[in-house]
Amino acid sequence: MKHKKIIAVLTVTAVLTAAGLLAGCGRGTDEDTLTLTNVSYDPTRELYKEYNEAFQKHYKGQTGKDIRIVQSHGGSGSQARSVIEGSRADVVTLALSYDVERLERAGLIDAGWEQELPDDSAPYTSTIVFLVRKGNPKGIRDWNDLTKSGVSVITPDPKSSGGACWNFLAAWSWGLDHFGGNEIKTRAFMTDLYRHVTVMDAGARGSTTTFVENGQGDVLVAWENEALYTMREYPGRYEVVVPSVSILAQPSVAVVDRLARRKGHEQAAEEYLRYLYSDEGQELAAKNDFRPSNPDILRRYADRFDLNVKLTRISDFGGWDAAYVKFFDDDALFDKIMADVDGSQ
Amino acid sequence: MNPFSNPAGGRNRIIPGFGLTLGVTLAMLSLLILIPLLSILGHAFQLTANDYAKLITNSAIRNAFITTLGSSFLAALINSVFGFILAWVLVRYDFRGKTLLNGVIELPFALPTAVAGITLSKLYSDTGFFGSFFAGYGIPIAYTHIGLIIALVFVGIPFVVRSIQPVLENLDPTYEEAGSMLGASKFTIFRRIIFPELRPALLTGFGLAFARGLGEYGSVIYISGNSAKNHTQVVSYVIMQKLNYVDYASATAIALVMLIIAFVMLFSINMIQLWQARRVQ
Repeated sequence: MKHKKIIAVLTVTAVLTAAGLLAGCGRGTDEDTLTLTNVSYDPTRELYKEYNEAFQKHYKGQTGKDIRIVQSHGGSGSQARSVIEGSRADVVTLALSYDVERLERAGLIDAGWEQELPDDSAPYTSTIVFLVRKGNPKGIRDWNDLTKSGVSVITPDPKSSGGACWNFLAAWSWGLDHFGGNEIKTRAFMTDLYRHVTVMDAGARGSTTTFVENGQGDVLVAWENEALYTMREYPGRYEVVVPSVSILAQPSVAVVDRLARRKGHEQAAEEYLRYLYSDEGQELAAKNDFRPSNPDILRRYADRFDLNVKLTRISDFGGWDAAYVKFFDDDALFDKIMADVDGSQ
Repeated sequence: MNPFSNPAGGRNRIIPGFGLTLGVTLAMLSLLILIPLLSILGHAFQLTANDYAKLITNSAIRNAFITTLGSSFLAALINSVFGFILAWVLVRYDFRGKTLLNGVIELPFALPTAVAGITLSKLYSDTGFFGSFFAGYGIPIAYTHIGLIIALVFVGIPFVVRSIQPVLENLDPTYEEAGSMLGASKFTIFRRIIFPELRPALLTGFGLAFARGLGEYGSVIYISGNSAKNHTQVVSYVIMQKLNYVDYASATAIALVMLIIAFVMLFSINMIQLWQARRVQ
């Protein structure tokens, strides 16, 4: 009997909450405050919190109108999937252009989005670096140090995380550079590297938890912004090591044309993305550990970002489609490397 | 015999409202269960038989099935033993804090599974509270099959406890008294009187915990390490990998196989129960 009472109370609460939420949303659409929805990925939460406030002021000054911005964060791949499956989004700000291309293929974004904004529609970039424990006890300086005996590496699984593909390609780039373009030697190095990976999480955030909270591994291979953020959150416990070669990670932004057009949000959505390239937007990106695309502002933050690292680009691999075919699809190179790791144990 | 007619037969039923309630039942079943399941079939049949065979026999996917089935089975077995003891304690003894304990049992239902997974992985990693103790004896827990099973035990335990509890509460004490009067030992009373009464409930609890384990994702991925090399990838993780590569056909094909296994499992448990009920009669 007691249970029934509890269930009844819970049901009533749930119904009231739902009614309240509906009423709340209803009120929002009545007024003519425009509401933009920005579907983004995990590590940009803090950046966009600050950017939205800045943009609201800018928009008010420009048009005299208020604007509301709704944020959504999650794994980049699953965020893209949720938009394809019908969740509302006026703009997407995702981890890799591949996820935006998926929206283009689904007919939600017009072709040519990559040329709509400067720098391949990537207002800020990042790269792949190492996070090591304070004092760098294993002496990690570059990619080949990860394959020294006794070094344990934490990196997510490229098969379940788009972000992890960058990690793989960064290591591969170093290999090609180091072995003078010899793919056989590079592949052997990759096998050795993945043999040292002790925990392969489903996503980048999972890997950070494993390395930081659970104390696993000597090196976390991570996005530079995540590594810098972690270092600041846990002062005096970690160091960032930038390798000699890495890859330029370009998080892509785009207006979701079909959805924004339907709601008449196109102009506001375009302005929202364009303002990311303004000095204020670029400064905010830099303060939140992303490398600004504006070279002058980037140079101002040279103490934070190592500008000597040699960066390859995804275009060097022929774009994401070609990279997936060569490296990440079923039975492609990554699977073969993992099979070698398996076989040599 | 028409399965929808009552045992007395005919159209005159004692309780009114049969048409309405059956209508609601069928509508809800179709909307919430049958149509989504059929759409899985639709997606899965986009693959040719050849692709299908290749997919299912892929070593990573085969290992994931073995891992999922094995660890879910073991977790359900552990849950059956401990769930039984828990239910026994909650029903048969009176002690302070019993109501509180009773409430705690359901928490694994309410807690988001990812939170459970992260917490468990922290506790059981070799630097964690429990994990460091076991690591001292050279037994790693997080990122191994043991960790995986612990996560499944956590999410499955309420099923067993809540299946057994009501049956145990309503057990007629006169049989036990009669047994005791006739000189049966405590163990014999348990073995011959109490246990047979609880067996169907125990089987139900086992089946539910097992089925839950088959589909579990959130709590498992943080503690299992998802290593193909160490065979700690579960089926739901492999499905997520396929979804991530927008390979809906493969994802649903794997899901379909899992669904068939789960159905066969639960159906056999029901058959065993039916068979036992007949034998008792």
